Amino acid sequence: MTSRIGPARIRMPAQAKPGEVFEVRTMVEHPNESGFRHDNLGRPIPRHIVTSFECTYNGREVFSAKLHPAISTNPYMTFFVKAVDSGEFVFTWKDDQGGVTTVTQAITVA
Amino acid sequence: MKRHKHDSHDSYGSHDRHVAGRRRALQALAAGACLLAVRPALATPEELAVALKETFGDREIRRGRVKLEIPRLAENGNIVPTVITVDSPMTEQDHVRAIHIFSEKNPVPRVLEMRLGPWNGKAMVSARIRMAQTQQVLAVAEMSDGSVWSAAADIDVTVSSCT
Repeated sequence: MTSRIGPARIRMPAQAKPGEVFEVRTMVEHPNESGFRHDNLGRPIPRHIVTSFECTYNGREVFSAKLHPAISTNPYMTFFVKAVDSGEFVFTWKDDQGGVTTVTQAITVA
Repeated sequence: MKRHKHDSHDSYGSHDRHVAGRRRALQALAAGACLLAVRPALATPEELAVALKETFGDREIRRGRVKLEIPRLAENGNIVPTVITVDSPMTEQDHVRAIHIFSEKNPVPRVLEMRLGPWNGKAMVSARIRMAQTQQVLAVAEMSDGSVWSAAADIDVTVSSCT
């Protein structure tokens, strides 16, 4: 069974100058249940977390992360990337129940 | 009669041994149960030491070159904004390969591992993390020359993330 990972949001410029270093802000909607919490009846709430994130720029990995249970609900991460060529950024999140979300974002470098 | 007495004594002795054995077994079981019950609750600094050893081996984790910005007081341990900046030119020859976040007293000492390279241009990352209790947070950067640098920060947590 593949579970659904909620929609993702990316904030990054649509245009950049060659060599410009810009910030990329990412967020995916996900309960990111740590597995260490209990419900009102004291039963443990099963773990359901995003475990990996990857960002590629024209097919090359520019940032990746391994996430553990101590990441807040709706995992948010930011990083910087240096503009090289026009092209496409692909962002991929995977969770521990087989859920995947992929988002692409175009950039024009001139 | 004599034989009976002997028998009885013997069986009493055996019963005594049996009880003692059972008591030991129960004590061991109780200790085990306690360990099982306590174990998942919170990571001890020993577990942090193990995680650091697994990640960086025998390399020395030096203080410096890393800046870790977290709130001094987190009213909500569920959302702790964290910013890490590493002093690095981020060139092909000299760059940050990875940035790790570790927690001293969360149930799991590893929080986040991020891979970087010269294509990032700037060694600055941020994330929102959870803190189970008042503790120290550790940010560790692995450089392209293999050296390992770190920064630690104390955080007071009012509302735990594990409730």
